[in-house]
Amino acid sequence: MLASILQNIINALQWGSFYALIALGYTLVYGVLTLINFAHGDVFMVGAYIAFFVATFFLSTLGLPGWLVLALTIPATMILTSLVGVTLERVAYRPLRRKGANRLYVVITALMCGLILEHANLAILGASRKAFPPLIKETVYTVGGVSFTNLKIGVIVTAVLVFLFLQWVVTKTRVGMAMRAISYDKFAVPLMGIPMDNIIVATFVLGSGFAGLAGLLFAMSYPVLEPYMGALIGWKAFIAAVVGGIGDIRGAFLGGFLLGAVEIMVVAFFPSTFRDLIAFTVLLVILTLKPTGLFGVAKTTKI
Amino acid sequence: MRRAATLFLTLSLGLLLALPAVAADTIRIGFNIPLTGDIPKVGESSKFAAEMLKEDINGAGGLEVGGKKYKLEFIYEDNEAKAESAVTAALKLIEKDEVLAIVGPNSSKQAVPAGQVCDDNGVVMISPWSTNPDTTRDRPWVFRAAFLDPFQGPVAVNFAVKTFNAKTAAVLYDLSNDYSKGLAEIFRDVFEKKMGAGSVVAFESHGTKDQDFSAQLTKIIAAKPDFIFVPDNYNQVALIVPQARKLGYKGEFMGSDAWGSAELMTLCGDDCKGLHFSTHYAAAGAKGATKEFIDRYKAKYGYVPDDVAALTWDATRVVLQGIQNAGKLTGKLRRDRKAIREGIAAIKSFDGITGSMKFDEQGDPVKCAVVVQISQTGKFEFKESVCPE
Repeated sequence: MLASILQNIINALQWGSFYALIALGYTLVYGVLTLINFAHGDVFMVGAYIAFFVATFFLSTLGLPGWLVLALTIPATMILTSLVGVTLERVAYRPLRRKGANRLYVVITALMCGLILEHANLAILGASRKAFPPLIKETVYTVGGVSFTNLKIGVIVTAVLVFLFLQWVVTKTRVGMAMRAISYDKFAVPLMGIPMDNIIVATFVLGSGFAGLAGLLFAMSYPVLEPYMGALIGWKAFIAAVVGGIGDIRGAFLGGFLLGAVEIMVVAFFPSTFRDLIAFTVLLVILTLKPTGLFGVAKTTKI
Repeated sequence: MRRAATLFLTLSLGLLLALPAVAADTIRIGFNIPLTGDIPKVGESSKFAAEMLKEDINGAGGLEVGGKKYKLEFIYEDNEAKAESAVTAALKLIEKDEVLAIVGPNSSKQAVPAGQVCDDNGVVMISPWSTNPDTTRDRPWVFRAAFLDPFQGPVAVNFAVKTFNAKTAAVLYDLSNDYSKGLAEIFRDVFEKKMGAGSVVAFESHGTKDQDFSAQLTKIIAAKPDFIFVPDNYNQVALIVPQARKLGYKGEFMGSDAWGSAELMTLCGDDCKGLHFSTHYAAAGAKGATKEFIDRYKAKYGYVPDDVAALTWDATRVVLQGIQNAGKLTGKLRRDRKAIREGIAAIKSFDGITGSMKFDEQGDPVKCAVVVQISQTGKFEFKESVCPE
């Protein structure tokens, strides 16, 4: 019994890591622009595909060993995926912002961008799934009936490190200060000589870059890639960010782990049929009690 | 400018509508298959097999019906592996394309609702791959080329009990898939009847889009079953089996015919080697017409055809046989469709490449199942054949 609870805690930490990593991207963009970037789940999917192509390129064309491929794939995936995020901002969101369009239209544009990414993938790469090549040798360790692999631990540690890094960027650096300033007052900030567009681009770089990292780790953990893989997990991560208090980095991080834990624990103690029903009822109750989310504070500076 | 555009549109629309009238000497058959969605390889296999058959027959001048040769025209409609799209695809094939008969859908999730549409509209439908009893039940217009889950379930139970010496079993299935859910329930009932109540120690489900099964698998592994029965589509199998191994499970798995895709091994890799599943035919070690089909398919498309390809070939040939049995085609759609239904119903036995089959009064074939083992090189090797009594 104890072993299976511990096992489920590890399962929940791994699964929650992905929600947390994606939720961080939602929360960054929302914090700065009060825009829900619904294309973020699909940016995550694009990240997984980019990782796939980069990794196969290094593996087959250059014939490098697995660990080196991984070391090269991580930065390459993050850079390329952040380019995708920045492109979305440039092509879809910035023109609307310039024209002073209502936030609602930007959100709907984001939904469209997500669909475009999915279907572009389907049209270009076809419907067949891709199998992600194993980059590192996964070793199963069993301690007292609890099994975990080096990859699982790696995923969890990465999620924590990313959170700490973002928390540091937002609270301690000049860019972070500018982000918080924009979030506080969009109209006064340009008057202070802060280059607003650059800061927004930096936000997208951070959010999408880590979505790319999440995509790479996800592809390593669940090595079957398909064009719609980002949609459902993206929505759920968005819900996690809202429950945590969207716009707040700690909120996104904890919300992600909370959702992962609730989902896994429901399956562990109830019939698995009830998973999403119970999981989202729990989240709904949390939001009813605290509509701004766990860390949310109504209408103040966030991030 | 706008008038010109309208004129052009009207003209092209008129041309489109006139097309069926021009093509009088063709037999049009619709394919309601998943070219995108969760199981695209299934649709691809169906399409490739059908194309091969079409080339054969058109190359020989066409299908002879009542002393006249007809060219075949196949229309492939994508049902995206979704139930609602399968219904739309069936309606489009029936009403817009005016096909004489429909082959597919393959998976029961789509075949059960599409079967209702075809039956209501009086159009013959034959599903190559659907094994859920509901597809053909009380539907005189619907046929199939695959065996049924009430037959496949006991095959899996008996094989596992005999080969693995299993006393207990666990099941992991897809809740939103008619095929997976139906087969899981049949398996549970048969296993418990044979091994005693409570011998299915875990009965867990998941959703179609799920990628993480660790919670379900932790529960299953904690129950210590002798083997895990996974009646799931190949894409999910490729996630479930490796995840179970990473949670420390070293025992056996038993699968069902939805495993048998050419893509299973590219997605699953080493973890699936040595596992068993029940299916419609075994490509490795095939003989006669089956071997000939496999060799030609492999030469043409570059991989060994899976069971869906073979079953589509058989299903389409059953339809063509039905058309020939109809005697002649009048060109009147309703009458021809009815004649084809009578023609197929009149087939008493049929020698397909997936084995010989007889049709019972429900339109279901009575045929043998095989159990295959995935070899160390990733081939599906014949292990045992089980025929209905």
